[in-house]
Amino acid sequence: MTPAGWEAVIGLEVHCELRTRTKLFCGCRNEFGAPPNTHVCPVCLGLPGSLPVLNRQAVELAMRIGLALGCRIEPSVFHRKNYFYPDMPKDYQISQYDEPICVEGALTLPDGSRVGIVRAHLEEDTGKTSHIGESGRIHGAGYALVDYNRAGVPLVEIVSAPDIRSAQQARAYVAELRGVLVATGASDGRMEEGSLRVDANVSVRRAGSDVLGTRCEVKNLNSLRSLVRALEHEVARQVGLLEAGQPVVQETRHFDEDRGVTVALRSKEEAFDYRYFPEPDLVALAPEPAWREAVAASQPPLPAARRQALAELFGAARLEGPRAEQAETVLELGLDALVRAAAEAGVDPALALARTANEAAAQAEAARQVDPGAYVALLRMEQEGRLSATQAKTVLAELLQHGGDPADIAERLGLVGLDRGALASVVAEVVAAHPEEWSRFCAGEEKLAGFFTGQVMRRTRGQADGKLVAAELATRRAAEAGAP
Amino acid sequence: MARLARIALSPEELDRYAQQLAAVLEHAAQVAAAPTAGVPPTAHPFALVNVLRDDEPRPSLDPAVVLAEAPAAEDGRFKVPPILGEAP
Ligand SMILES: [Zn+2]
Repeated sequence: MTPAGWEAVIGLEVHCELRTRTKLFCGCRNEFGAPPNTHVCPVCLGLPGSLPVLNRQAVELAMRIGLALGCRIEPSVFHRKNYFYPDMPKDYQISQYDEPICVEGALTLPDGSRVGIVRAHLEEDTGKTSHIGESGRIHGAGYALVDYNRAGVPLVEIVSAPDIRSAQQARAYVAELRGVLVATGASDGRMEEGSLRVDANVSVRRAGSDVLGTRCEVKNLNSLRSLVRALEHEVARQVGLLEAGQPVVQETRHFDEDRGVTVALRSKEEAFDYRYFPEPDLVALAPEPAWREAVAASQPPLPAARRQALAELFGAARLEGPRAEQAETVLELGLDALVRAAAEAGVDPALALARTANEAAAQAEAARQVDPGAYVALLRMEQEGRLSATQAKTVLAELLQHGGDPADIAERLGLVGLDRGALASVVAEVVAAHPEEWSRFCAGEEKLAGFFTGQVMRRTRGQADGKLVAAELATRRAAEAGAP
Repeated sequence: MARLARIALSPEELDRYAQQLAAVLEHAAQVAAAPTAGVPPTAHPFALVNVLRDDEPRPSLDPAVVLAEAPAAEDGRFKVPPILGEAP
């Protein structure tokens, strides 16, 4: 929470590793988790005489990202960003500087707020350094080990305008952006594997002011949770300084996950002079209009449109509260098409959404592979009372694991829903066995409905549908009340 | 400049390179003096754009060969002196 009377001003830089088969400038594989230094060659090691050649697919994915964010695709140039740090064997990183491929877009968040996109550019990732010894902390490490498998992997860096006003909005922005990056096929969205990495520029000002405060850059925000914690801490820290009459110093800060605080890394005076200059080994990039149009024409549906399509299933009932959360779950996991298919086949959208966001989402990988026809058929069986909720979940688990026809699975597992007549007679037995509870229920003690449902479930070994039991109890009570 | 390039130079080397650098700077000044009004800036002497390759994997080097070139290695990785501060 931003302290009362203050406003946070946040801009985010999101680094997205592209899902290409090979690196940005060489044919080494782009693959997470391979043994160290097995995906390196003279180009990505920067050996003398080697020459970079740009990966067409990386350019295409960068265009997809830019178009999805409403950016213009511009002619662009690669620069060398020079610095000395062992994570780049060349001692420079090839990046785009003043002429990036994508400029001026925006991302609209689920709450309707709009965050401007300043630019998105292509660059190569760095290698991975591990600090060894002396408690593993960056400061005071004994030595470092470097794996260059990641050096040269294509990245798109997406720079937002300073339009974000709270840690929660920052979270919503990264979550929505991740959805866009996954939908376009640009990213696997796995923050825990470093596929998406976030840096934040943070300043604070008095609420209502339009002066920009001194900003700090916070690095190492590698999960949505870290992002929120780090931003809340940093905003509170800056407000604390200003309220105590002390200035905020422009500096780079590192988020310490264990302690939940940001710590200073370097101040502006120590800022690096990267001595950018045009990369002489690469020519300019200017995707021809036909290529750009082909990419635009083949863009997959983006989260905003898919969210809208889900909302339309509910119409006036609206997508709010827990249902909105379920919708976000299925969108994030890419299971929303199953919900739409079921609803279009006549399944109650609330049932389709709940099953998909809970049971199917718990096995998301399998659910993405499931035959939509079989999935819809199963939900229809539940909808029509041919399977109880419990039975439907059992059949679903089997369907996700082994596939098949849900009716066959139900029969094989001996899961056949009770028909209404059989259910009525079980309810009658239970009522007869508990006359005292029944009269209390008839007198309006609603919580006893749970007791009777439980008894019916016991006698039917869970094969009864809870909703049908409730309906039968209500019918029975109404009949008795109306009897002379 | 020696500091930017992380190169330690002896006083004799400093003298020698200072003279050579002076010649380089003089040449740069000549280039800078060329009449370029109305000439659009260019990053490259070739009138080429979009030199691209397909996203097809090619064999990488044998890690044993790669690490043999390193001053020190451990655990399949390059071993380097302790690093002060974080990557830029
Ligand atoms: Zn390579």
